[in-house]
Amino acid sequence: MRNTAAEVTLGPCLFNWKPEAWRDFYFRIADEAPVGTVYLGEVICSKRAPLFDEHCGAVVDRLRAAGKTVVYSTLSEVTQAIDRKLIEAVASRQDGLVEANDGAALPYLQGRAHHIGPFINVYNERSVTVLARDGARNFCLPVELPAASVGALCRATQDLDVTFEVLVFGRMPLALSARCYHARAHGRTKDSCRFVCEEDADGLELRTLSGQPFLAVNGVQTLSHDFLNLIDRLKVLRDMGVSRFRLSPHSCDMVRVATAFRGLLDGTITACEAAEALIGLNLPGPFSNGFYHGKAALSRGPHEGRAAGLQ
Amino acid sequence: MNDNGYVRPELVCPAGTPAALRTAVDAGADAVYCGLQNETNARNFPGLNFTPAELETAIGYAHARNAKVLLAVNTFPRAGEFAMWRDAVDLGAKLNADALIVADLGVADYAAATHPNLRLHLSVQAGASSPEAIRYYCGQFGVKRVVLPRILTVAEIADLHSQIPCEIEAFVFGNIGMMAEGRCSLTNYVCGVSTNMDGVCSPAADVHYEEDAERNLTTRLGRYVIDRFSAEESAGYPTICKGRYLCKARNEPYYAFEEPVTLNLSALLPDLMRAGVTALKIEGRQRSRAYVRAVVSAFRKAVDDIMAGREASLASLVALTEGQRETQGAYRSKTWR
Repeated sequence: MRNTAAEVTLGPCLFNWKPEAWRDFYFRIADEAPVGTVYLGEVICSKRAPLFDEHCGAVVDRLRAAGKTVVYSTLSEVTQAIDRKLIEAVASRQDGLVEANDGAALPYLQGRAHHIGPFINVYNERSVTVLARDGARNFCLPVELPAASVGALCRATQDLDVTFEVLVFGRMPLALSARCYHARAHGRTKDSCRFVCEEDADGLELRTLSGQPFLAVNGVQTLSHDFLNLIDRLKVLRDMGVSRFRLSPHSCDMVRVATAFRGLLDGTITACEAAEALIGLNLPGPFSNGFYHGKAALSRGPHEGRAAGLQ
Repeated sequence: MNDNGYVRPELVCPAGTPAALRTAVDAGADAVYCGLQNETNARNFPGLNFTPAELETAIGYAHARNAKVLLAVNTFPRAGEFAMWRDAVDLGAKLNADALIVADLGVADYAAATHPNLRLHLSVQAGASSPEAIRYYCGQFGVKRVVLPRILTVAEIADLHSQIPCEIEAFVFGNIGMMAEGRCSLTNYVCGVSTNMDGVCSPAADVHYEEDAERNLTTRLGRYVIDRFSAEESAGYPTICKGRYLCKARNEPYYAFEEPVTLNLSALLPDLMRAGVTALKIEGRQRSRAYVRAVVSAFRKAVDDIMAGREASLASLVALTEGQRETQGAYRSKTWR
């Protein structure tokens, strides 16, 4: 078993928040949230990236002053030249660690320590070995990898100097596309989008024709409507060898979320208290155990979540 | 390159069964691609694919007719379950498959390390769409060809060609998913089986059709309504990315991702052949022999016509497209995005 201290981390913000709201969110995280690592950067759409440039320096300074480790996350998909330029700019940064989310970032990172994000397909030990050879030190695993496989992966890579991270809170990233579905919903295209994604701080809800809430659109990304919440599996994942637990930013009170996860890891609150702390966040979707059991996330998760008193 | 500025492309055709493989070869395929009867390939559907013995016979049949066989081992093994993928790679090497189509970093690494003379193609499932990503795979594993994700325009493909040290294979016809390949967990979210790990997309076992008194047809995947058709409409297979949904930005149900259409790049064939595409790929390992025969024959003739400087006609293909509706997808213009 790896003897690595457990850490709550904050994944990159996937949504197009107003720049000032984005800045204030991270200022508050710096000041109040018990997270060790904060991933920063535009992961979904290169058109959005410049919107945050003016505040990025101040956010990094504030996070570092508060003792947080800042890791720069790259874009997760490349279709155009502008995407490549953004990946190069982020992956070439020397003032901090970089998390690669697309293969295009890997050549820039070979030979120095870096992170592998959840959008790079790492499902098995040999893939970890290949990437670790080039300097990958932390792997945030794909959201659909079930817990049994996470455990097997941790066991099979004990000899490597790597750590594993799993998403434990937030809407689950399910798909990426070259097409912007936010623009499409509004009768526009990616080039003529006029940043309509800024209207939906947690994604744009899609319902089925029978009215069932189903998915959430975030630009070129499709997310689950449900919110992953693995607070009741934290100890099991920790015992498997997972050392980092990622929260995905949403418009709800993320300090409260981080405090609950950290408190449970520290043993200062009970599992029941941690679960209760997450009730009443006023989320636009129910909780789910996601792909934890390796079964359909949607058909089983929400019911289990309710039964566990999480909703 | 011939006088018209074209490099003769390889026509790469689908073979879901040994019979389809023979049909494709007989219809003029330069290469066929196929998979084993398990989750090592991305078309792991009931009734499809090859036993090891069938694969051996099929490779013999193709090689005797100067056609290549490309074995797809293009899913992502879960931790601790690598053996099935290792066996598939070893079998491909043993039976003299002309190339393996791989997606997983670990599988690619195993194949390159264990069978250094075995040709590797990078599956579309690897989602390598940039010179940087493609060069990474070439450098790490000696990949000789990349199958491009269906997200680039022809102009972008031409630009890419000059920046990578390997061949390009591009999809030209068939069913297109809307999501970036290798990066879609929608089926797993609804059905509990994974496209990446199990090779399954919208499994038939989870598909339900319900007709009401007015003969409106509702299609479901698992517990979720994917689309609803009036009696006059032709119903599509319920694939999540081709369903109709409701959203606050729309007053009416709409195809939130894409309409049920078939990719048909026949009109762009000359452009693709000038863009430096080495191989033209036809989707459809799940399709019938009659379909394979019709599509392969039509593309065989079209490629030969273009090479000879004649106008290519592929009008007959429209009848074979899904709901007789076709698209050029991302290839023609950025406005598709």
